[in-house]
Amino acid sequence: MSQAPKPEELLRVSHIPPKKDWMDPRVDLVPGTWGYPGKASSLETLGLPNPRDWNPTDEDWKLPPNWKEIIHEGLKERLEKYRSLKVFMDICVRCGACADKCHFFIGSGDPKNMPVLRAELLRSIYRKDFTTVGRILGAFAGGRELTEDVIKEWFYYFHQCTECRRCSLYCPYGIDTAEITIVVRELLNLIGVNIDWILGAAANCYRTGNHLGLEPHTFKGNIDFLVDDIEEYVGIRLNPTFNRKGAEILFIAPSGDVFADPGIFTYMGYLMLFEHIGLDYTISTYASEGGNFGLFTSQETMKRLNSKMYAEAKRLGVKWILGGECGHMWRVLHQYMDTMNGPADFLEVPKSPLTGTVFDNAKSTKMIHIVEFMADLIHHGKLKLNPKRNDYLRTTWHDSCNVSRGMGMFEEPRYVLKSVCNNFFEMPENTIREQTFCCGGGTGLNAGEFEYLRMMGGMPRAFAVKHVQEKHDVNRLVNVCALDRAILPPLMDYWAPEVSVSGLTELVANALIMEGEHDRPTDLRGEDIPGLEGDE
Amino acid sequence: MAVWYSLLLVLGMSLFVYLGAGLLGLQAIFGIVIPYAAILVFLIGFTMRVLGWAKSPVPFRIPTTAGQQKSLDWIKPSTVDSPYTTWGVVGRMAMEILLFRSLFRNTKAEITEGKLAYGSNKWLWLGGILFHYTFLTIVIRHLRFFTEPVPYFVQALESIDGMLQIGSPVIYQTDVILVAALLFLLVRRLASPQLRYISLPADYFPLFLILGIALSGIMMRYFAIFKVDLMSVKVLAMGLATFNPTVPEGIGVMFYIHLFLFSMLLAYFPFSKLMHLGGVFLSPTRNLPNDSRMVRHVNPWNAPVKVHSYEHYEDDFREKMIEADLPVEKQA
Repeated sequence: MSQAPKPEELLRVSHIPPKKDWMDPRVDLVPGTWGYPGKASSLETLGLPNPRDWNPTDEDWKLPPNWKEIIHEGLKERLEKYRSLKVFMDICVRCGACADKCHFFIGSGDPKNMPVLRAELLRSIYRKDFTTVGRILGAFAGGRELTEDVIKEWFYYFHQCTECRRCSLYCPYGIDTAEITIVVRELLNLIGVNIDWILGAAANCYRTGNHLGLEPHTFKGNIDFLVDDIEEYVGIRLNPTFNRKGAEILFIAPSGDVFADPGIFTYMGYLMLFEHIGLDYTISTYASEGGNFGLFTSQETMKRLNSKMYAEAKRLGVKWILGGECGHMWRVLHQYMDTMNGPADFLEVPKSPLTGTVFDNAKSTKMIHIVEFMADLIHHGKLKLNPKRNDYLRTTWHDSCNVSRGMGMFEEPRYVLKSVCNNFFEMPENTIREQTFCCGGGTGLNAGEFEYLRMMGGMPRAFAVKHVQEKHDVNRLVNVCALDRAILPPLMDYWAPEVSVSGLTELVANALIMEGEHDRPTDLRGEDIPGLEGDE
Repeated sequence: MAVWYSLLLVLGMSLFVYLGAGLLGLQAIFGIVIPYAAILVFLIGFTMRVLGWAKSPVPFRIPTTAGQQKSLDWIKPSTVDSPYTTWGVVGRMAMEILLFRSLFRNTKAEITEGKLAYGSNKWLWLGGILFHYTFLTIVIRHLRFFTEPVPYFVQALESIDGMLQIGSPVIYQTDVILVAALLFLLVRRLASPQLRYISLPADYFPLFLILGIALSGIMMRYFAIFKVDLMSVKVLAMGLATFNPTVPEGIGVMFYIHLFLFSMLLAYFPFSKLMHLGGVFLSPTRNLPNDSRMVRHVNPWNAPVKVHSYEHYEDDFREKMIEADLPVEKQA
């Protein structure tokens, strides 16, 4: 926590804008609020323009000589490709309903983090270069000249947006800042301006299949470690298969769950669940990442990374695809995959081999969410559960932005959570479900050097947790997103210490009564379960 | 600054009409030429803008889901907030356009005593909806000038609007509410430091313009010194409506100011944020069903991309895969 000040200091945030006019693009690169630039090698792997060594604090960002033309042409092209962009550029009335809906504005007080103004950073250029009134009247019509300072401002503020879409919910016209952020990041990528936490991850996904850059043997090896842990804590040896042709189902999870604590406990949960129900599934090392860092790079990169899922399903000859717990992975799978890389006519409509339920809501993509799958299993009584094992947990539910506002999954996870855990408490209503707050680090803003801003941006989420912590002694924040599992633990340490974080399947597996298991006095983390001695 | 510019602009326009139509007697220009030109600009401009938007495709389904998706049979889907049928979308759009549903959700976030609190905040919704509905009512009421006989619904609307029977001529509630709502929207922009910060001249100008239209209308209806000859106004309006324009003598100058400001509003409309009237119908986060996993949608510009195929992947890692007992397509 090197860069972030003490919580009390952050709380003194002022929401009164400064005297300086927002049209002045010059930004102060406050340490801890921006990410390190994309490495040349990552850009080369992906074949992206302008690979070079540079630093945001340098005066000269080494932009290509014709950068202005590139941005202009790029914006023109995107206005023709996306109605959303064109309409959103034209119809904002600056009513301000979105202003205090952004977690980064609430946390930082920086007025350029008001969604309306964030969009205006692009809109002012659009007005100047693409509208008659703006060309003639300039600043009077809200137009600004495109300068290098504007590029630097874009870099700064469009990497202070997590594309969580909370603002879009409140906008009377549904203006979605995520759409605008996506486009500006695409434009910045055209001239080689990006951050390494996104570009490095995207390059790794492209080369090895997962964002950590785990090569096939290491990927398998990591899962073998989890198998060892399960054997130790549960007493059962599992044998997951990899790249197996003819399996019924291909399972794809966010690779964060293979590698990082506490995601690994969720992955152990997946493996135990599949063993419990005897699922005929396989894991791919090639399509070993559910998360799609292309979404934060460009539409093309997103498509390139996503293509592996259908390609691998086809190669292995599976019937359908099951997806793990992840946020933006599901935004891509839900809203983009079929359109970009379909039709998946070589697959069958997902049908649960245990309950016979046909998932008509995924009859075109042929891919369902593990929480949908689990809810169906529990509803049909296919899981043997002992929720008492989770009695030491007092849980609350974090609706991850992408599966809530991008997908509409609200009830399934609550049903599963309540089935496996007796103590569940909702956070205040203006902070959950469709109004949920972002963890503050989505869209690849998970970098260490970005920690200061993350603690500010995560403040609204953390305060809602703190509320139920004080009121109901909540000690576990459950969610369904791998980035949440990475980002929320330090956020909790900072704002609401003693609240731990986990995925949903971890709790399901905790409660699962497996055939052949030994006494389980510990949870999947190897920690003693208080009050369970001699209870079973 | 922005607010003064906009106010001066509207006052200047009024003065311009006072000089032109009042002193110089150019009634034909202000009564016929400018209104026709404004209507033409409005119609062509509006159409062009909507067509311009419609020309850009919607490659992906991106509805903001504000309710439960359609999934398992025993989970109740939210048919309106996360619509998956055409009727659901129609319902969502109707609630958005007729009731300003998203704005109704508005909350206010505040940090007090180390806590972050959210309160309901429906003032903007109330001000916005009152403004829009009274403006609509007043526009419809004005049809009495352009029709003969006056349709029943216009007469009915008028008598409802004057229901309270206060004063002579009867005061329309909508006139009062419209001005109040406009003043609220204006004061709101000026009083909040954040809103003042984001407001452009283009945000104040339409407020002053509509306020100018409303006040000039009110003055000529209710204040004796600004009174205009309504029979002559109707003759002029009917002339415009039947493409047989005439300019009767003796309509007061306040009418020309009213008409000119309204003409300016029409002409300004297509080039401004006022186009949200058309744009709200085309907003992809609201007007699309949440059915992208059920139904395949086609992106018209979906172009092939370079991918890292499995074959290349295996070539890159084959030996390591064999060593780790991972199946391979080709042996080393």
